[in-house]
Amino acid sequence: MTNHWIDIQHSDVIMCIGSNPAENHPISFKYVEKAMDDGAKLISVDPRYTRTSSKSDTYAQLRPGTDIAFIGGMINYALQKDQIHKEYVVNYTNAAFLVNEKFDFNEGLFSGYDSDSFRYDKESWTYQIDKDGLPMRDDSLEHPRSVYQLMKKHYSRYTPEKVCEITGTAIQDYMEVVRTFTSTAKAGKVATIMYAMGTTQHTHGTQNVRSYAMLQLLLGNIGLAGGGINALRGESNVQGSTDYAILYHILPGYLKVPTYDNKTLKAYNEKWTPKTNDKQSANWWSNTPKYMTSLLKAYWGDAATAKNDFCYDYLPKRSGNYSFIKLMERLQNGGFEGMVFMGTNPIVGGPDAGSIAKGMDKLKWLVAADLWETESSVFWKRPGVDPKTIDTEVFLLPAASSVEKEGSISNSGRWAQWRYKAVNPPGHAESDAFIIDQWVKNLKKLYAKDGVFPGPITDLDWNYGTGHEPSIDMVARECNGQFTRDTVVKGKSFKKGQQVPSFAYLQDDGSTTSGNWLYCNSYTEKGNMMMRRGQDDPTGMGFYHNWAWCWPVNRRVLYNRASVDLDGKPWNPKKPVISWNKLTRKWEGDVPDGGWVPMNEDGTKSPFIMIPEGYGRLFAAGLADGPLPEHYEPMESPVANLMTRQQSNPAVATPGKINNSGKYPYIGTTYRVSEHWQAGAMTRNLPWLVELVPDMFVEISEEMAEWKGLKNGDMVTITSERGAIEARALVTARIKPLRVSGKMVEQVGLPWHFGFNGLATGGSANTLTTAVGDANTTIPEYKAFLCNIEKGGLKA
Amino acid sequence: MGISRRNFLKGGGLAAGAVAVTGKPVRAEVQSEAIRTKGLQTSTTICPYCAVGCGMIVHTKNGKVVNIEGDPEHPINQGALCSKGSALFQVANNERRLTKVQYRAPKSDKWEEVTWDWAMERIARNMKETRDRNFVKQEKINGEMYTVNRNDGMAMIGAAALDNEECYLVGKFARAMGVGYLEHQARI
Repeated sequence: MTNHWIDIQHSDVIMCIGSNPAENHPISFKYVEKAMDDGAKLISVDPRYTRTSSKSDTYAQLRPGTDIAFIGGMINYALQKDQIHKEYVVNYTNAAFLVNEKFDFNEGLFSGYDSDSFRYDKESWTYQIDKDGLPMRDDSLEHPRSVYQLMKKHYSRYTPEKVCEITGTAIQDYMEVVRTFTSTAKAGKVATIMYAMGTTQHTHGTQNVRSYAMLQLLLGNIGLAGGGINALRGESNVQGSTDYAILYHILPGYLKVPTYDNKTLKAYNEKWTPKTNDKQSANWWSNTPKYMTSLLKAYWGDAATAKNDFCYDYLPKRSGNYSFIKLMERLQNGGFEGMVFMGTNPIVGGPDAGSIAKGMDKLKWLVAADLWETESSVFWKRPGVDPKTIDTEVFLLPAASSVEKEGSISNSGRWAQWRYKAVNPPGHAESDAFIIDQWVKNLKKLYAKDGVFPGPITDLDWNYGTGHEPSIDMVARECNGQFTRDTVVKGKSFKKGQQVPSFAYLQDDGSTTSGNWLYCNSYTEKGNMMMRRGQDDPTGMGFYHNWAWCWPVNRRVLYNRASVDLDGKPWNPKKPVISWNKLTRKWEGDVPDGGWVPMNEDGTKSPFIMIPEGYGRLFAAGLADGPLPEHYEPMESPVANLMTRQQSNPAVATPGKINNSGKYPYIGTTYRVSEHWQAGAMTRNLPWLVELVPDMFVEISEEMAEWKGLKNGDMVTITSERGAIEARALVTARIKPLRVSGKMVEQVGLPWHFGFNGLATGGSANTLTTAVGDANTTIPEYKAFLCNIEKGGLKA
Repeated sequence: MGISRRNFLKGGGLAAGAVAVTGKPVRAEVQSEAIRTKGLQTSTTICPYCAVGCGMIVHTKNGKVVNIEGDPEHPINQGALCSKGSALFQVANNERRLTKVQYRAPKSDKWEEVTWDWAMERIARNMKETRDRNFVKQEKINGEMYTVNRNDGMAMIGAAALDNEECYLVGKFARAMGVGYLEHQARI
């Protein structure tokens, strides 16, 4: 989230698109309702009429996978009707920048496309540069090569009629959404977007999010209280586990994982440290070398020296895409001997889950740490499989639950909050920290004797006390970072072993460690900031700066220097995030995005400090599939793309097991319910929740039920090119067929929580989903696939 | 009339006051006879389900969780919990929880109970053998040799259910092992 949960109360218009907070983030919805009590309008855009929709002022149905058409039409309206916050757009976004003359867009393809590799050469996706190396601009926004004019032309094709023909939305509902949302272009009015997996789980998911961000930039809604774009994250610490980079492509704090051609630390820094010629740009990532060296020092301690490149050689270098889908492909090809699952259940949660289960049969060993026996840990006795045919050694380690260990977790609003240990884990169960610690200690012993390239293990700095399990306090201190010697930084003296006060003090000479630069400031000499319980709210804006701690440096609203005008006055004085006090010459309110003076004064910096040019990107060259979002159909779709001849995202290779032949006529989409959670182990084993939602079901329209002769509760079989499951039919008026491109298209909804093991069991929806991912993130396209439904269960 | 839970936490004597200040486990003392949580240890936690980050109070007695409820002092949820959060008690008290280390031998159709020491040594040996057999020191790409120091024999998945500090240790361990195939729920 750019903002945070409590901040939603400040919105004038709230659009829930690709999310259903009333059901999946129920407590957050109190802030939606609080805003509504103060006159805010709630818009719900969803294929299904959800609990969020039931509370909304405007509900707009859209077909799964058509967000870009929907938002593209809103951008078109804003540009055509001049419903934009012009001062914000000119000064804080790249709308005025001039784009390379060679950049072009034709029939669904941007310039530079190579159809053999499904990739773009991005050479033409650049700005025109002047003699000082700065992007050329036209603040009148009239230049035909300005981002503004290119965008206006690009989205002129997204007329309300065309959009609704694609999305299936009723045009009067659509226009109500468009008018209501764009009414916040006025300074003093603000809208927010709450999105979740309904947005990201598409082959064009990143561009879905981009389209939201562009709309919010045009309306001047980023950085403001009640504004921003807010990802509603689905797991209690998935924000933290992302910050801590349990992902193939990043290191803690979103540093890049080195690629094979980054031969030395110097080469790595040169490659990944962005440069700018604009003195007004903070270009925060210019600090990359400091953060990287501090991480290497945290990993390899005294062994990491300037002489040996701080053990940079010890880091594995990647030479490809190792994301979840690719990883599972490699598994199916017999590419792994062993796998480790830490509290995860991929044969329920992964796409084309049946293939993942089959792939696991090829493992030599599997280690799973969990509170429960999950489907994935008993893959060897799944229905239809003879355990005798499976040679895998399986270890199932009993883990501690959240109240049986201590540590911090980070919520969607980036608040890192401390959890205390209330009781010991049951029986022989142990914390995950204990488990990892044991592995490291055992492997250190083994590699001390012999082994391939032992250095990264034998030199690993691993000193977390002498207790039964690692001291979490010591780990938290290391995550923040410490000084490795007596030193002076920015005129302040620090002693060896002291906590680094914030990332502004991290160094690239080995004098500091930091396990995660983004969390540097979470554990200072004053103590563990994540434990704080201060309930004071002096501004009345709900920042709660003394409650827990939030990254970065306890800033509660990101990009908050865009919430003020060029003089530092809040665009909305009634709901200020920060404001410039002319007398004290200081910012007041939230922790500012850098303490520089307002934009009208010398020595200022542009508000978008993480972007090298300093301006919010309406035109973004960094993505794999184009600098402007464009509508493409999902990989499986019952209709042709009405916008261009390019059917699906050109930057995504067509995978196997896709069927657009008409054999599977209905759109399938997956979702969650309040009473269950993710792959189900944490809820399908609890009697209270099982009593509330005991069975797998498929939600179908009354129309489909009638012509298929189905009654509520009937068992049906759902099939796709990937597999088949059975479920009870839930016949509701909440899901309706859509009129798309002149024909009626049925859609069905499936919760994805169920599996064959546990107290409540049922078919796994992901048996049906497609293992094809987004062009940028490789997040699977769970939210739109094709399926068929027949009366009767699997055995029928 | 009785004492409301909120008042109990706000003003229920020194010990309850300490909850408000630190959240660490302390002994709750109140004068009211009627209150169910009298004499119990209390500590705070954050809900492990979605990422709203609601605060909770855990009441324990003799090393057992006897009650979990919303923390009224928490600025986000102000004491409220949803259906899942309200059911956390059944995660702490559940006969389906794993309490023993289990091992399934190749081709076997059942679990066997093993000790931590045995399992951890064997897992470490497996990991080492896999790493040593599959370690890619150098790789030839487009005709040029590059040092990659990567262990392509194993994959690690998961961590969204772990604490930040545990995630840090998982990441540190994985990279030291040379694991490139490191992924978790954020991707799916």
